[in-house]
Amino acid sequence: MSRLRPWFLAPAWAWWAVLFAAPLLIVAAYSLLTRGAYGGLSRPWTFENYVRVADPLYLAILGRSIVMALAATALCVLLGFPLALFISRSGRRKNLYLQLVLLPFWTSFLVRLYAWLFLLRDTGLVNTFLRSAGLIREPLPLLYNNGAVLLGLVYGYLPFLVLPVYATLERMDPALVEAAADLGAGPWASLFRVVLPLAAPGIGAGAALVFIPCLGAYLTPDLLGGGRTVMIGNLVQNQFTTARDWPFGSAVSVALMAIVIALLALLWRKAKNPL
Amino acid sequence: MRRWLAVYAALAFAFLHLPLAILALFSFNRSRFTVWEGFSLRWYQAAWRDPQLAEAAGNSIAIALAATVIATLAGTACAYGLWKRGSRLLTAGLYLSLVTPEIVTGISLLALFQWTFRWLDWRLGMHTVILAHVAFSLAYVVIVVSARLRTISPTLEEAAMDLGATEWQAFVHATLPALAPGILAAALLVLTLSFDDYVITSMVAGVDSETLPMVIYALARRGSSPVINAVSAIMVVFFGSLILLSERLAARGAR
Repeated sequence: MSRLRPWFLAPAWAWWAVLFAAPLLIVAAYSLLTRGAYGGLSRPWTFENYVRVADPLYLAILGRSIVMALAATALCVLLGFPLALFISRSGRRKNLYLQLVLLPFWTSFLVRLYAWLFLLRDTGLVNTFLRSAGLIREPLPLLYNNGAVLLGLVYGYLPFLVLPVYATLERMDPALVEAAADLGAGPWASLFRVVLPLAAPGIGAGAALVFIPCLGAYLTPDLLGGGRTVMIGNLVQNQFTTARDWPFGSAVSVALMAIVIALLALLWRKAKNPL
Repeated sequence: MRRWLAVYAALAFAFLHLPLAILALFSFNRSRFTVWEGFSLRWYQAAWRDPQLAEAAGNSIAIALAATVIATLAGTACAYGLWKRGSRLLTAGLYLSLVTPEIVTGISLLALFQWTFRWLDWRLGMHTVILAHVAFSLAYVVIVVSARLRTISPTLEEAAMDLGATEWQAFVHATLPALAPGILAAALLVLTLSFDDYVITSMVAGVDSETLPMVIYALARRGSSPVINAVSAIMVVFFGSLILLSERLAARGAR
């Protein structure tokens, strides 16, 4: 019917083949090779790299990444749900508040992490203030620990949770809350027994949207963890740069992608259009 | 409960905005240290005169413009093609590229480029960064333009073709004008994404293609400097306004 459609799709197919599928296939192939003498690649083909991923040292990094991502997701749900609820009940100011949630999300991620570095380092604003107020003598170790990384992840990905939750709350029939009130439910009872169950799909989608990027986070643990809180993303980056072990870095990437794809498939089955 | 929610929301907005606001405020501090000593524009002057920052900013602008043109053209064409008839394979690829961790996109593109160096005479540089930026931003264009296309009725093109327009003429004269705000919104989005990216860029950049985020990263690693605050404040204000503009344009389409 449409003779032009193939031509319109041609550039995207080229993108798909050359810049999306091919790089991932090359990484998958590299993950089965052996590290060469000078950090290059050589044969034989082997599963050795995947066996190494299961090494306790690397399993610990994988485990830490999952725990950090889960903790960040839980915090985002706890902090983001009330915010989404507030916005959905703000009448004409809804759009303004939504913009306020989105604005920091569109500013450079690097700049936003730097803002926390500026606040939390030993000579940063918080420590300087506390010292000049005479509350502490030695600077508090606010940076380069799990807490700082968690803070950065929550700060970075909170909008990912607020938006889908807000969208489900918006679609909810307000008559349901009124009916609950008419039947004698207080605001808290109607929140926990009516609103929360109805918002569950949005919370689930939002939680997945937070969990996935947190699991593969690189910049946040790099800057706020300072090399002490190593996550999978840092392991991959390290193997491709300093350690120059591309086959092992590739195997870790494939493992990470496998987790991401499994989660996405789960999300896809639940909601028809997750993003 | 209403009041508690409002108090909580105020705190949450403070959490989201105060760090950047404080960062920007201290870019006007006369002192090099984090003690307020009075208003000054010296760090903006220092940033303006820094040759390394100027070169990096130039690179960033050139890369962002090139990536924006390519990604917007290819992405718009793709959204239009998918609007005519969907393709599950391509759609899955687009969504997957959105959720691929940045570092994996970065190393896989590096692996691809290194592999081509075996038989192609080129190196890591501006063009590899531009290709990488097109790679990660194309899906965003498709999503933004597709959202706009959903508001357009296919009967518009059918009417044009009934009146004797070719398929191409129907696209150019009937659909494209209605699509323009969405395309512009997508382009502004790509411009922002490209200008801001550090993780993927740092993997595929060569010696001559250092971008502004790469310089900021290096400076931030070395310790804080009010010059970074100044550059950050400029970036936040400039791209914040670009995004607000792009959302206005997208919202106009929704109405």
